[in-house]
Amino acid sequence: MDRFESLALKMAFGLMVVFFVALVGLAALKGIDVPTCFTDFPPFKEGKVIQKGEKEYEVHLLARMWAFQPNRIEIPAGSKVTIYTTSLDVQHGFEIEGKAVNLMTIPGAVNKMEVVFNKPGTYRIVCNEYCGMGHPSMYGEIIVK
Amino acid sequence: MKIEGYLRNIVLAHIVVAIASISVGVIFGLLQVLSRAKIFVIPNNVYYQGLTLHGVLNAVVFTTFFIVGFLYIITETSLKEKLNKNLVYLSFAVMLIGTLLAAYALLTNQASVLYTFYPPLKAHPTFYIGATLLVVGSWIAILNTVLTFLRWRKKNPGVKTPGPMIGVITTYAVWFLATLGVAIEVLFFLIPWSLGFLKGINPTLARTLFWWFGHPLVYFWLLPAYLTWYYIIPKVAGGKLYSSLAARLAFIMFIVFSVPVGVHHQYSDPGITNIYKAVHGFFTFMVAIPSLITAFTVAASLEYAGRQRGGNGLFGWWLKLPWGNYLFAYAIAGMIAFIFGGISGIVNASYNMNQVVHNTSWVPGHFHLTLGSAVFLTFLGLSLYLLNKLFGKKVFSNTLGVLSAYMWLMGVLIFSWGMMQLGRAGIPRRTNLGFSPYITEEERIFMVIAAVGGTLMFISFVIFLINFLGTLFGKKEENAEVVEIDYAEAYHEEHNLSPVWDNWKVWIGIAVLLIIINYSPVFFDVFRSTYFVEGGYSPQSPIPIK
Repeated sequence: MDRFESLALKMAFGLMVVFFVALVGLAALKGIDVPTCFTDFPPFKEGKVIQKGEKEYEVHLLARMWAFQPNRIEIPAGSKVTIYTTSLDVQHGFEIEGKAVNLMTIPGAVNKMEVVFNKPGTYRIVCNEYCGMGHPSMYGEIIVK
Repeated sequence: MKIEGYLRNIVLAHIVVAIASISVGVIFGLLQVLSRAKIFVIPNNVYYQGLTLHGVLNAVVFTTFFIVGFLYIITETSLKEKLNKNLVYLSFAVMLIGTLLAAYALLTNQASVLYTFYPPLKAHPTFYIGATLLVVGSWIAILNTVLTFLRWRKKNPGVKTPGPMIGVITTYAVWFLATLGVAIEVLFFLIPWSLGFLKGINPTLARTLFWWFGHPLVYFWLLPAYLTWYYIIPKVAGGKLYSSLAARLAFIMFIVFSVPVGVHHQYSDPGITNIYKAVHGFFTFMVAIPSLITAFTVAASLEYAGRQRGGNGLFGWWLKLPWGNYLFAYAIAGMIAFIFGGISGIVNASYNMNQVVHNTSWVPGHFHLTLGSAVFLTFLGLSLYLLNKLFGKKVFSNTLGVLSAYMWLMGVLIFSWGMMQLGRAGIPRRTNLGFSPYITEEERIFMVIAAVGGTLMFISFVIFLINFLGTLFGKKEENAEVVEIDYAEAYHEEHNLSPVWDNWKVWIGIAVLLIIINYSPVFFDVFRSTYFVEGGYSPQSPIPIK
């Protein structure tokens, strides 16, 4: 292998390692992680919003063909929301516009993510996994006051 | 090398099935992009039947038939050893029957489940059985290739595997290891479930098995294109392969790292420990390295070619490349698109960054630059090249070839830019946005831009098709008894190569070991924290299928 080539190879390897360390480092330091959840009981079958404390909420978000339940959530600005999500029928996706919240909503499993809403406004939530004919119109809103 | 008439005809049959499939597939591509932009809205029923056809025909049928046919020619010409004729016929017959079975389910709208077929969406059993036969048919081709290679090895002890054959071995090794995952999913779960023998299904388990297959699948598409870029394009451009060791190293890295990375498609899934997701992310970054090697080596090979053609200075060689040769044009257009495809792919693989783009329009924006350009354009160019080499037919029009290549590049860059902007705004993929109440006018503008790109891509394909048919039905002008593929010599040859670099059992063994190490904890997690669910659903109705 010639000089330039081995240099290119080392740079490629170095670059990838730097990228990876930066990502995982930020995940650890800043708490920007991907969602996951482990349960040892079958998923819930009803969607609801539970107030846990002042500006602390737990949302049981149920996806089904072709709506979220609840599909309109109102919370005060500054709220910390723990979202649990599952599906009653086929696979769905759950995504909050403008927030790095992107959860697969899978029947037979519960997914979880914590998110803080500081800025008031209306946040669009959409289903981003194909779930049948009604998929294009499956959406809802989180209203932060 | 003299290629027997039967093989030339059967390879032609592979190419014709491939081009016929993609000709149907691209029509739906155009309809989707127009419907998403609300320029010409089509009903959801048609949209999703079309989207399934677009995915299955373009990404599975077109690629598998083309690759199997193309690799037969590479195997025979690089080893100068004959394949088994009966196995060639058997493989083609099984693949074709599988395709026709799946086509029945797709065309009668009983399988609008998209090409990822996530349960509990349920398709007609012929869809799953057909897909299985298509894969089994390709396994027969692998068996044939392996037997031929072993025979060559026996006759040529101590001889290094010829470069192009390294590409063939890598492609098939990756494909075989990948398809084991989907074979378990389909044979043990989906087929019995769709036939009614199995009451329940675990969707998370099915996803995990699917992506074991689904990610290395992209390397199955890509590797024959790399093979072409390394071993054929430098010669076509008038130069040499810069370094044969670099090519070998890149292919070996693909064998080792392609498969144990699938969980990076499941960053957003529940029931899998995040550390395991990050480990798969790390290996995905490792598998980016051979692509970076390829970028360097192919660019260096082209620079050498440009200088051989009289180019000087830092950039002068660039201008001297044969931009007006149809095969070069298809390949270089694919490579340019792939620069952006590769970068966006690294974004996708970037663990927490994936949260922003997962399942958004960003993703189709990305893979139309990779599969939809790098692979697709290289294969289009090769299909004309093979007609020329195997049947002595003059390419109908070099100009049309060149035109369609650059037109596609322009179209796909516009299309993907529009799609990626929408993706960053959180607009989902796989969505008939013509019916989405939540789309704002500002967002629709990007979809209109994507539609402009998509239309250019469609026109480019029509131009290709005219050229292809013109060549296919054109007169035979050269003697094609002897087939000479333009294989490039190496500029830097390998010296004192340790035998382990040519021992494919070792590398495939390491790959198997890595799959076991990377996937065991993932399956353990999935089993302990997710459940089987009863019933299946048609995409038409929220009421379970009885």
